[in-house]
Amino acid sequence: MIPAPFDYVRPTTLDEAIRLLAANGDEAKLLAGGHSLLPLVKLRLANPKILIDLSRISGLSGIRQEGDQIIIGALTTHYEIESSELLKQACPLLPETARMIGDVQVRNRGTIGGSLAHADPAADLPAAILALGAELRLTGSDDERWIKGEDFFLDLMTTVLKPTEIITEIRVPVLSGRFGTAYLKMPQKASGFAIVGVAVWIKVEDKACTAIGVGVTGLGAKPFRAKEVEKKLWGKRIDHTFIDADASHVDHGIDPLDDIHASAPFRAHLARVYTHRAIQEAVKRAGVSMPSR
Amino acid sequence: MPVSKMVGAKVKRREDPRLISGLAHYVDDIILPNTLHVAILRSPYAHARIKSIETDAALKQPGVVAVITGAEIRDKIGLIPVASDNPSLRVPKHYVLAVDKVCYVGEGVVAAVAEDRYAARDALDLIRVDYEPLPAVSDPEKALAAGSPVIHSEWPDNVAFRWSLKQGNLAGAFKEAHKVVRQRLVHQRLAPIAIEPRGVLARYLPGEKELTLWSSTQIPHLLKTQLSLMLKLPENHVRVIAPEVGGGFGSKLNVYAEEGLIGYLALKLNRPVKWIEGRRENIQTTIHGRGQVGEAEVAVKKDGTILGLQYKVIADIGAYHQLLTPGIPPLTGLMLSGSYKIPAIAMEITGVFTNKMATDAYRGAGRPEATYVVERMMDRVAQELGMMPVEIRKKNFPMPKEFPFKTATGLAYDSGNYQAALDKALKLAGYEKLRREQKKLRSQGRYLGIGLSTYVEICAMGPSAAMPAGGWEYGAVRVEPTGKVTVLTGVSPHGQGQETSFAQIVADQLGVDLDDITVIHGDTSVVPSGIGTFGSRATAVGGTAIYQAAEKVKEKAREIAAHLFEADPEDLNFSEGRFSVKGVPKKGLTIQQIALEAHMARKLPKKMEPGLSATSVFEPSNFTFPFGTHICVVEVEPQTGRVEIKKYVAVDDCGRVINPLLVDGQIQGGIAQGLGQALFEEVVYDENGQLLTSSLMDYALPRAVDLPHLDLARTETPTPVNPLGVKGVGEAGTIGSTPAIVNAVVDALVPFGVTHIDMPLKPEKIWRLCQTKEPAQARGGR
Repeated sequence: MIPAPFDYVRPTTLDEAIRLLAANGDEAKLLAGGHSLLPLVKLRLANPKILIDLSRISGLSGIRQEGDQIIIGALTTHYEIESSELLKQACPLLPETARMIGDVQVRNRGTIGGSLAHADPAADLPAAILALGAELRLTGSDDERWIKGEDFFLDLMTTVLKPTEIITEIRVPVLSGRFGTAYLKMPQKASGFAIVGVAVWIKVEDKACTAIGVGVTGLGAKPFRAKEVEKKLWGKRIDHTFIDADASHVDHGIDPLDDIHASAPFRAHLARVYTHRAIQEAVKRAGVSMPSR
Repeated sequence: MPVSKMVGAKVKRREDPRLISGLAHYVDDIILPNTLHVAILRSPYAHARIKSIETDAALKQPGVVAVITGAEIRDKIGLIPVASDNPSLRVPKHYVLAVDKVCYVGEGVVAAVAEDRYAARDALDLIRVDYEPLPAVSDPEKALAAGSPVIHSEWPDNVAFRWSLKQGNLAGAFKEAHKVVRQRLVHQRLAPIAIEPRGVLARYLPGEKELTLWSSTQIPHLLKTQLSLMLKLPENHVRVIAPEVGGGFGSKLNVYAEEGLIGYLALKLNRPVKWIEGRRENIQTTIHGRGQVGEAEVAVKKDGTILGLQYKVIADIGAYHQLLTPGIPPLTGLMLSGSYKIPAIAMEITGVFTNKMATDAYRGAGRPEATYVVERMMDRVAQELGMMPVEIRKKNFPMPKEFPFKTATGLAYDSGNYQAALDKALKLAGYEKLRREQKKLRSQGRYLGIGLSTYVEICAMGPSAAMPAGGWEYGAVRVEPTGKVTVLTGVSPHGQGQETSFAQIVADQLGVDLDDITVIHGDTSVVPSGIGTFGSRATAVGGTAIYQAAEKVKEKAREIAAHLFEADPEDLNFSEGRFSVKGVPKKGLTIQQIALEAHMARKLPKKMEPGLSATSVFEPSNFTFPFGTHICVVEVEPQTGRVEIKKYVAVDDCGRVINPLLVDGQIQGGIAQGLGQALFEEVVYDENGQLLTSSLMDYALPRAVDLPHLDLARTETPTPVNPLGVKGVGEAGTIGSTPAIVNAVVDALVPFGVTHIDMPLKPEKIWRLCQTKEPAQARGGR
């Protein structure tokens, strides 16, 4: 558990960090909370020549509201998200999801930007990011862009991030009106990562579902938005048929992961069960009163 | 025993403040000037020939002092020892670094020695080993099959040893049986995972010609002897120190390659040398536990009377033997009678080489396997006969008056009252109510399961005649001139808390304040001899030695006091540490005052040696046999396969209790590890011998949140084997818990036609079983 030699720099401005990235190319790695990167480095599975520590760059951390959006700095820790009163009120899906990441130590150090950039296929936060239709601000050397969560993840631990780009902010909507959210997961017993995790956000008007987001993690090589499931429920009246709705489409087109912790068929099965349950839970939390059966 | 104050009291562990506040000294905390550090290049292959090793580039690296291969030292360091008297045992040459061939992933190949850990680790990346991969076999059943890859060419059948036991009229039992119940049972491999991995520091003083080796070990004295043999040093020039040791669970009851290697390097390089194991190395190259695949058969009468039990088992040895590897499966054989009267028992063990790390003692060491076989089979038999699990157990228990109870396996259980422990547990759990609740919930499509385990285990190892390297224990008690009491013990506590419990024993014996007593262990130059801590023996055997030594000290003090008072020793009262002349209570001396007289030695009885100290070596006449009942209640969710433990009751009888807090702690920790085996722990190698669970990201240990509330209670049946009446408790929780949990899950799934599930009971296995059959309508209970 001893890493290969590397250089360590701690820039104080974003420009400097981006310049360092540009100058060092593939040999550089950004260091945020370090809870994914450092184990890889210690096992020499990753051997960056230079670590660029982002922790001293001001303005990359914190949670604030701007109109009907909440802006979360990329260096905001899971604990800060979990305990944010603003998020608990305006976007409770994020605190609920953050609370289920790893353990206290991981949540105290791990950051939202680091988790998203690492793109572990079983990380928790991506499910919520996708369900909420969140957007990521990617800052590069010449320009910056906002990208939707669903367009951000490309494949196993692969994202659209260019070598000189840094995630600087994440933007989620302030949820208003009548809504319900839920994140449910079956954790992998050893690591705490999701074997399958499903995040749901549902908006309710006049007892109908006027918007829904379903984000799934753990099932495939990348987290994804279960659009087939969303499509079936979008605009539908919320009744027993709605909450009993078949979630069997959730793994449509997905090649489920298969490892010693869960086979592909079991993961697909769990995705259906947890999608179904997460939708039920979100409906319940939206306070929709259901006639007795 | 005399009336006691400290024994039986809930005294807080005196060890804890230094552990909690980070003031303890583990091997890695011991800093010697000029120390060199070692990193070991390990085999990435399960089976391969070493064609060549290129070390020049590493040697040229700044800070690198030496790079050592197996071939260079094969004649300089002895083989890694195995202790066994099994005549069929085949012992492959087990070098401290591989020579010519590697036989498991993680086997040491090259050692790099450098000025610091970083340079040592970096050097490994510069060593080139040319391997010729060979076919590997990791499944012990496949290793026995014709055409399997051969691990050691001397033994083409891959058989490491055979062992069998047969007592009673087995053929008759099976002929007479109303039913024969068969079940294949798998005890998966487990990694012990002590919180402190292994570590070794060695220093050689050429002037004094003394090698001191600090090792995170459970057996400093045995290690000293073995090390002197491996390094061909006079044993009286070798000192082994087990400093603070962060857990062992049997995994440090061994002599490892690194202990020989680091000792050798310190001698050769004439500088202190340190090696600290990483967690991946710990999972790869510290012994594993369990690893048995067997077929059990039980012959039973219609009324539930067990007539006979047969167990044929394949023991997964790994590529080489470690110290006690071949000795563990026979312990399963010895305990196959469980807590029942079984007139005929047979066991056949085939130890099999596989391309994996060796198995050896892990908490319970052979007994969890036996208990699992017996307790699982009792439930299987009950299910076949339509009996209740409680009923069949009570039917086959020996009665309290039948003790000492002789088993068909040749043991004499010292004392027991199995009914009392079972009844107490049933009452605590509210068993009848639970069965009613189970019935009610089943009708609602919810699956509650209630599992029992009425275990007995073998502890206090043990009579020397039955042990590979002595089963006695050493103890000494010395009252210093200032009245402080120093206690030396040959056991080597590494988390058990005997610095507290042994002080309690001495406090009562000598009437001395607990704070005036210090217990010293783990240094072979301070404690003259000893065996070590394993097999739940430390208090029953080592504690008794202390008790006897304290008794001798007290008697000597009495003689001195009598001499000073010019009284007959018989005419002295002893109370609260003070001798006084009967009828003259004001005239008295405390043992601590007498100690000064004993050291001044001016007014001692003629021919009495000065000083106030005594030693004792206790040789037990028998093992002890703790027992108890564990009851586990689970709810299983068929849709996801998740198991939730709703209730857990354990009634354990470990004989007389010295410190209830320590006993509870042992039971709690034991249950945690038993739960780990039942539900999720498993060392997984793929079919090519690659280790897939090489970190704690993949090897699932139980965590605090996985543990239910534990309702702990006791019965107390003292053993006649030692004067303290204590039996031992270090492994009981692990032994008792696993079958209770598995029995509960199987019980929950009876409506699905489930009769058995192999551990670990991971959600996917349960889910699959629930897919095969629609649940039967609730009939309640069984």
